[in-house]
Amino acid sequence: MSRNTKINLVLLLAVAALAVLPLVLGLGDHKKEPFTGADGEAETAITELKPDYEPWFSPLYEPPSGEIESALFSLQAALGAGVLAYYFGLRRGRRQGEQRALERQADEALTGAAGKSAAERD
Amino acid sequence: MHIAEGFLPPAHAVAWGVASAPFVVHGVRSLTREVREHPESTLLLGASGAFTFVLSALKLPSVTGSCSHPTGTGLGAILFRPPIMAVLGTITLLFQALLLAHGGLTTLGANVFSMAIAGPWAGYAVYALLRRSNAPLMVAVFSGAFVADLSTYCVTSVQLALAFPDPGSGFLGALGKFGSIFAVTQIPLAVSEGLLTVLVMRLLVQSSKGELTRLGVLLAKKQPRTETEAVTR
Repeated sequence: MSRNTKINLVLLLAVAALAVLPLVLGLGDHKKEPFTGADGEAETAITELKPDYEPWFSPLYEPPSGEIESALFSLQAALGAGVLAYYFGLRRGRRQGEQRALERQADEALTGAAGKSAAERD
Repeated sequence: MHIAEGFLPPAHAVAWGVASAPFVVHGVRSLTREVREHPESTLLLGASGAFTFVLSALKLPSVTGSCSHPTGTGLGAILFRPPIMAVLGTITLLFQALLLAHGGLTTLGANVFSMAIAGPWAGYAVYALLRRSNAPLMVAVFSGAFVADLSTYCVTSVQLALAFPDPGSGFLGALGKFGSIFAVTQIPLAVSEGLLTVLVMRLLVQSSKGELTRLGVLLAKKQPRTETEAVTR
């Protein structure tokens, strides 16, 4: 494994550790509902600060269930991951293609006339 | 950092919308110019938007026992400057408001201001400062992404505290309350975002050297970018 790949793996592992540690250490245990969304907690805080506040507009479309909502979130992540993977795949392919073209050129230059006549036959 | 639909009083919703609109309009102009002048950058633009899509969909557990998500805006701000990131961030927030009931149309202005404007600008400022003082690229990238992420949530806390001051302790009391919900939760997530942004930047350095040099992220010469260059870009 190259040094580059190792560093990249360490970075990924660190991110995974940061996400898993709060769960393993039970940092949500002091809460009635551990690991709810901070956005939702802010809504609760608003109703505490101003108990008579009524949201004056509701979403045009609301996912009918938690399952549908998580499906849509996965779709969002999948779309993003797909485009990123396409980008890096394309770049890698281009780089390899360029390298092969260079090698072929070098080969043809070496074999000289033989390479040329092969190209003419094509 | 998504303020839920209808959860900002109308006056605040309108004010944040008015504050955000010029940034987004200016961003759309910069974006169309970038695409027209450098059609080859479309792919990397797409990848930057995609990074925001992935990261803002990832809800991760944090030390406070609640979950939140990174923003992914640091990368695009560093690569293409904050105005263009304003557009990419707005697209992400619109997607979430319309399809996921996450955030909302009435709070779009406020959410755009925190995630697509304030965060990218703060992150980019830190990145540019560090680069100018000759910090290593990846240190600047990590710090920029970290600050973009964390400042977004600080701005959200300010927005909510302005709209809902504590009856007893006023704006500051409410700021403490929202800050403890958002900002503290966000610190480890901002570290994660910094690490992921460094990872993607490392892959970009390997795969897209030419592009990064054109965008001024990698330096063609040894000299750091000067003030005027940064402004004219």
